[in-house]
Amino acid sequence: MPHALELQDITVTFRSKDDPGQRYTAVAGTTLRIAAGEFVSVVGPTGCGKSTLLNVGAGLLQASSGEVRVFGEPLVGLNRRAGYMFQTEALMPWRSAIDNVMLGLQYRGVADADAREQARAWLARVGLAGFEDRYPHQLSGGMRKRTALAQVLALDPDIILMDEPFSALDIQTRQLMENEVLELWAAKKKAVLFITHDLDEAIAMSDRVVVLSAGPATRPIGEFAIDLPRPRDVAEVRNQPRFVELHARIWGELREEVLKGYAQQLQKAA
Amino acid sequence: MTMWTTLRPNERNLRGWQVGVLVLVLAIWQLASRNEQTAFFIGEPIKVAGRIWSWFLPFGLPANALFPEGLEGRADIYIHLGVTLLETVLAFGIGTLLGLAFGLWLALAPTASAILDPYVKAANSMPRVILAPIFGLWFGLGIWSKVALAVTLVFFIVFFNVYQGVREVSPVVLANARMLGANQRQLLRTVYLPSATSWVFSSLHTSVGLAFVGAVVGEYLGSARGVGYLILQAEGTFDVNTVFAGIVVLTAFALVLDGLVGRIEKRLMKWQPKAGETEKL
Repeated sequence: MPHALELQDITVTFRSKDDPGQRYTAVAGTTLRIAAGEFVSVVGPTGCGKSTLLNVGAGLLQASSGEVRVFGEPLVGLNRRAGYMFQTEALMPWRSAIDNVMLGLQYRGVADADAREQARAWLARVGLAGFEDRYPHQLSGGMRKRTALAQVLALDPDIILMDEPFSALDIQTRQLMENEVLELWAAKKKAVLFITHDLDEAIAMSDRVVVLSAGPATRPIGEFAIDLPRPRDVAEVRNQPRFVELHARIWGELREEVLKGYAQQLQKAA
Repeated sequence: MTMWTTLRPNERNLRGWQVGVLVLVLAIWQLASRNEQTAFFIGEPIKVAGRIWSWFLPFGLPANALFPEGLEGRADIYIHLGVTLLETVLAFGIGTLLGLAFGLWLALAPTASAILDPYVKAANSMPRVILAPIFGLWFGLGIWSKVALAVTLVFFIVFFNVYQGVREVSPVVLANARMLGANQRQLLRTVYLPSATSWVFSSLHTSVGLAFVGAVVGEYLGSARGVGYLILQAEGTFDVNTVFAGIVVLTAFALVLDGLVGRIEKRLMKWQPKAGETEKL
C-alpha cells in the first residue's frame, strides 16, 4: 500500500526578491513518509522550516527539487486529499461559525441546506453546538480553533496537515483540544502530519516523532516510534515512565538543535 | 458661586451649551444685520428662517412683527431636493459599482495595474470639479451631467478602497480557502469580494458625502433644477438670504444622509468587532 504522503528528497530554496543573488535554503534533502492512518509529529527549533515542509506537502509551495507523492500519485498543484489547519487565524471574519464550516462543502457544490446540516453536525462534534451564528470575533481563541478544526474535518480529508494549531492556546484549553483531536482521529484514522515545537505535545499525540535540525538547510536528524498504548490522555500519559524515557531520548537530540537555532537567532538580531 | 457650579459646562448640560452657542451666533448675526448695508452682504437670520418656511410649508403667515410682509407658503423646494437626492443616489450607485469593478480588476491583474498606474494617479490628483464644463457639454444641463461629475468623485474613493482591500486580504485566509477547494471564481466571490466590500462600507460616509457634493456643485455650475440651482438663482439676484437658506437646507440634508448611512453601516458590518465590545464567550 502506498504511503498517504511521501516527501522525497525535498529541497526548498528561497530567493530574495530584491536581491536575486541572496539565497536561503530552508529545507534540504528531506525525506518524510506518512502511512495512511498514521499520526506523525515533526518537531524542531523555531524558524527551522517546519511550516515550509508542510506547505510543500499541501501543494501551496513548490519545492525547488524533490518529489511529493500522495497515495502514490505525484502531486500536481494543490493537494486535494489534504486538509490544512493553519497556525494563525484562517476563518473568514465576515462569515459566522457555521458559514465558515460549510465553506468547503459549498466549494464542492454540495447543496446549501445539506452543507448547513453537515456543518451543524461538525460544530456539535467539536463542542460548539449553539454557537453556529457567532462571528469569529465573538468566539474565544479556543472556539475559533474548534471552528477551524470542524472546517477542515467537514471535508473528510484523507490527510490532515496541522501547523502548530494549538500554540496560541492556554495550556488547559490546549490539552482539552489535543484529547479531542486524538478522539476524532481514533474514530476515522486519517494520516496526520502534525507540526509543533512542543515535544510533550508531539510525544503524547503521535505514533512517530521526527526531529528536524536547526535551519538553514533543515533536514530530519532523528526518528522515534512512540509505542505508548492508545487511547491516550495527553495530560496523564506524561506521567508514564515510558513517556519520560522517550522524552529524555528525543530531547537529547533536540536540545543541541534548539541551542544552535537560538544562537543563530541571536546572531541575526545582532 | 452656586449658580456657576450648576451652569458650568458638564456632561448633563452640554446640549444646553451647544444650543446656547447657536443662539448667541444667531443673535449677533441678527444684531449686525440691523445695518442695511451690512445686511446686504450677510443677510438676516429671521429672513433666512422665513425663506425656509416658504420652501417647506404649504401654508403662509399673515403680516406680523417678525415678518412685516407676511410669509407665503409655497412648499416648492421638494422637487429641487428630490432632483438633488436622485443625482446623489445615482452617482453613489454608479460610482460604487464602477469603483468596485475596476478596483477588483486592477488588484487581481498585476500587469494591467502596472501599466495603468500612472494614469490612475494622474486621474486621481486632477481637480475633478473642472470636468463639470465638459460633462455639461456632453450630457447637457439635465441630471446626467451632475451624476457624471459626482461619479468621478465617488469612483476614486471606492476604487482605492477596493484596491487596498483586495491587496490586504489575509494570505492565510486566502490559502485556507484554496485548501478548502475554492476555484478562481469561488475565491473572487467568497474572499475578494467580501473583503473589498467591507472596505467600501468603511468609506461609505466619505463616498456618500462626495456624491452629494458632486451633485450640488454640478447644479451650481449650470442647471435648471436642484438645490444648487436655487442657490445659483438667488446669487444672481443678490438674494443673500436665499443663499443662506439653501446652505442651511443642504447642511441639514447632508446630516440626515450621514445618519442614514451610519444606520445601514451598522446593520451590514455586524461581523466586525467594535472597539470596547467585550462580548466574548
